[in-house]
Amino acid sequence: MGNGTSIGRVRGLGSAKSGSHHWLVQRFTAIGNLFLLLWLAVSLVLLQDYSYASVAEWLSKPVPAVAMILLAVSTFWHARLGMQVVVEDYVHEDGSKFACLVALNFAAFAGAAFGVFCVVRLALGAH
Amino acid sequence: MANAGTRNRPLSPHLQIWRWGPHMFVSIMHRVTGNGAAVAGLGMLLWFLGALASGPKAYETFSWAMTTPIGYIVMVGVSWSVITHMMSGIRHFFLDVGAGFELKTNRTWSILSPVLGVVFTAAFWALLLLR
Repeated sequence: MGNGTSIGRVRGLGSAKSGSHHWLVQRFTAIGNLFLLLWLAVSLVLLQDYSYASVAEWLSKPVPAVAMILLAVSTFWHARLGMQVVVEDYVHEDGSKFACLVALNFAAFAGAAFGVFCVVRLALGAH
Repeated sequence: MANAGTRNRPLSPHLQIWRWGPHMFVSIMHRVTGNGAAVAGLGMLLWFLGALASGPKAYETFSWAMTTPIGYIVMVGVSWSVITHMMSGIRHFFLDVGAGFELKTNRTWSILSPVLGVVFTAAFWALLLLR
């Protein structure tokens, strides 16, 4: 770079110190997604039919309900991390970038919360 | 500050400079399918779970929408996006541990990842429709 004092360079352009964590969690959730989506695909193929009764009975059982809750959390987390990188790559204006990341966080947390709540409500026998 | 002393510095070459190869295609498709799966796939997942939690009537509306021609296009598109992203994602796991960077190997898996995405999507739908 060759500009400013050494300390100025470090403050302005140094590492954010959180890149490795982001990268690792992207992989952890990717592995989770891989197993959970394979489970979902196999379950969908094995389901007798897609009537409300069959699907609700299946998803109310403890193991499928927990797997679906994990799937909602893992996929929304992974999507949040991935789309954050896309925003950082293509939205360069500070204000817009901040707004995009706020919206992305809201959508990801709200989506995961809604998914988890729906499975819990179904499994605990709302109908 | 970032501009001082950086004038007339060479820029790193971007997409249009390089000769196209399958590794560029698979990289771009990883982003496209990832975002497609995130927006359309997670939207569909929430509609599915919301309909189940809301009761038989809401589920009927969801089932109706998904079995219209547009619904089938969306379902096939989402399953293709997810599976293709999964294939290029598995390719990334190998690259992450430092394997598969040899030119020929890299080229082979760059071509095979999207092809396997299509093959497994077709296999998934064959299993769903023929069972």
